[in-house]
Amino acid sequence: MTPELKGYLLLSSVKMIVVFTIIMIGVALLTLMERKVSAWMQNRHGPNRVGWAGLLQPAADGVKNILKEETLPALANRWLFTVAPALSFIPALLLSAVIPFAAPLPLDFDFTLGPLGRFVHHGPMPMVVADLPVGFLFVLAISSLGVYGIALAGWSSNSKYALLGGLRASAQMVSYEVAMGLSLIPVLLMTGDVSFATIVTKQQAGLWYVMPLFLSFFIFTIAGFAETNRLPFDLPEAESELITGYHTEYSAMKFSFFFIAEYANVVTVCAMITTLFFGGWDIPFTDWDRSGGLLPTMVTWLVFFVKVMFWIFVVMWIRWTLPRFRYDQLMALGWKVMMPLALAYIMVMCVAIYVVERLLGVTSPVMGSLILFGLNLVIGFLVFGLLDSGVFIRGSGHRQQQQVLQSRGARAAVAG
Amino acid sequence: MAIGVKVMKRPERQVSYVRATLKGMALTFKHMLEKKVTMQYPEQKSTDADHGLGVYSLSPRWRGTHRMLTDEQGRSKCVACGLCPQICPANCIKLVPGEDEQGHRYPLIYEIDEFRCIFCGYCQEVCPEEAIHVGTHFENSEYSRGRFVYDLERLQSQTHAVSSLWDPSDPKGE
Repeated sequence: MTPELKGYLLLSSVKMIVVFTIIMIGVALLTLMERKVSAWMQNRHGPNRVGWAGLLQPAADGVKNILKEETLPALANRWLFTVAPALSFIPALLLSAVIPFAAPLPLDFDFTLGPLGRFVHHGPMPMVVADLPVGFLFVLAISSLGVYGIALAGWSSNSKYALLGGLRASAQMVSYEVAMGLSLIPVLLMTGDVSFATIVTKQQAGLWYVMPLFLSFFIFTIAGFAETNRLPFDLPEAESELITGYHTEYSAMKFSFFFIAEYANVVTVCAMITTLFFGGWDIPFTDWDRSGGLLPTMVTWLVFFVKVMFWIFVVMWIRWTLPRFRYDQLMALGWKVMMPLALAYIMVMCVAIYVVERLLGVTSPVMGSLILFGLNLVIGFLVFGLLDSGVFIRGSGHRQQQQVLQSRGARAAVAG
Repeated sequence: MAIGVKVMKRPERQVSYVRATLKGMALTFKHMLEKKVTMQYPEQKSTDADHGLGVYSLSPRWRGTHRMLTDEQGRSKCVACGLCPQICPANCIKLVPGEDEQGHRYPLIYEIDEFRCIFCGYCQEVCPEEAIHVGTHFENSEYSRGRFVYDLERLQSQTHAVSSLWDPSDPKGE
């Protein structure tokens, strides 16, 4: 092993441990945050007994779940039943490996560590566990693996509720995976690359992609909600119909693992929204964050954290605002609205980007983004205006009116 | 239709769900800023004079565990007439009457089994001496079942406010 490789391995392991620790602690605290946010929205205090303001509540929950009895349904497939929580948990954590969370840190070291030999590293260290050139494809591939854990958990429990939950989860994931993937194509068209580092760099040069690619952001956010099985798309664990769906038969720590997976997924999706549409670790209106050094790295890390926390809050906010979709509404939204919308948007953006960059010859990324932003405003008004007009989707009032008319006609026929 | 059915007017337009979602989010956010309504129980109690949550105070008609009132000499007001065990629907009052040299009747044994009691308040209503009362008290945990049979001494030593059952001038609570 060359000293450079050793240095690389050392840095990677350190980053891995740091990111893994932060995600695990963060996920634990997110369970508390969820309960706090839900409580505040219902004019309650939320957990505030364990530790200061309830900060030790996750620890208490963890201890409780470890000490609880693990049950195994008599007719369950023992092996898959045990493996399923891990299968849903691992992809969620894997995704966090490719998301850049701070500005690259210039780092030079050259030292010898006893029998391990010499470690060398020169140049900027990307603040991401694995700076994959195909980061984007990796995310699409791994995020669809998460459904295996849920589907297998549902199937191996040998319970009808769990099975239905698993089935719903797989149908939902497959449906929304399509819209999610398609909604990100315009991002790739804008960037011309599939690596997250380039996506962030391009946004720093131009505008954050939420402006020129608003509809992409919109579709991606909704699909992200569906991918994480959060309300209003939490049909796989619909309490009122399916007890808790795929994890009905789980207890103790295995049950907690599904929760850890869910929150890890939320973190990942929020980090993706931040990276793809809100400039990642970029601080707007300044170039100082790209100057390199320890301070910019720390500050950009903080900025990234704040952005992700904001989106996590929005996810919780929506969860405690909206009721659950009906199953057919979910499928109709996925296949009849979001997928055609995403496809049409790809076409429009293809043409728009071609016109702006080739025909108009706009070279300034800010100018190009602004033109596309204007276009997006128009498309946004058109789409939401049309959806609201009641032509494509009719409100239940329409059906009601039809019924009234029909019954009137029937009565008139009887009277006549 | 025999009975009036309220038919909701459902929307025909504005159905994209985005508008409704934003509206709902504004509502939930408004709730985040509002005053919390939870009573922080061990610190705040509904029997406290001022717990800052006026509407959640315990009703003066609350019927909790009993209290035996005493006269100036510290003796129980009970004259062992036997009306309360007579009227008690749960049969939870045990009364053994006694009589002193002057011919005053007093309870030798007066026990209420709070587990059998259904807290109807008839004993308070029927008592001619206003001796036995149900009280505004609800924290009754004990380490053994036996401790729930309250004897005379215990009934006399309780200090919580007694239930007013109802205001005679306003029996319906209007």
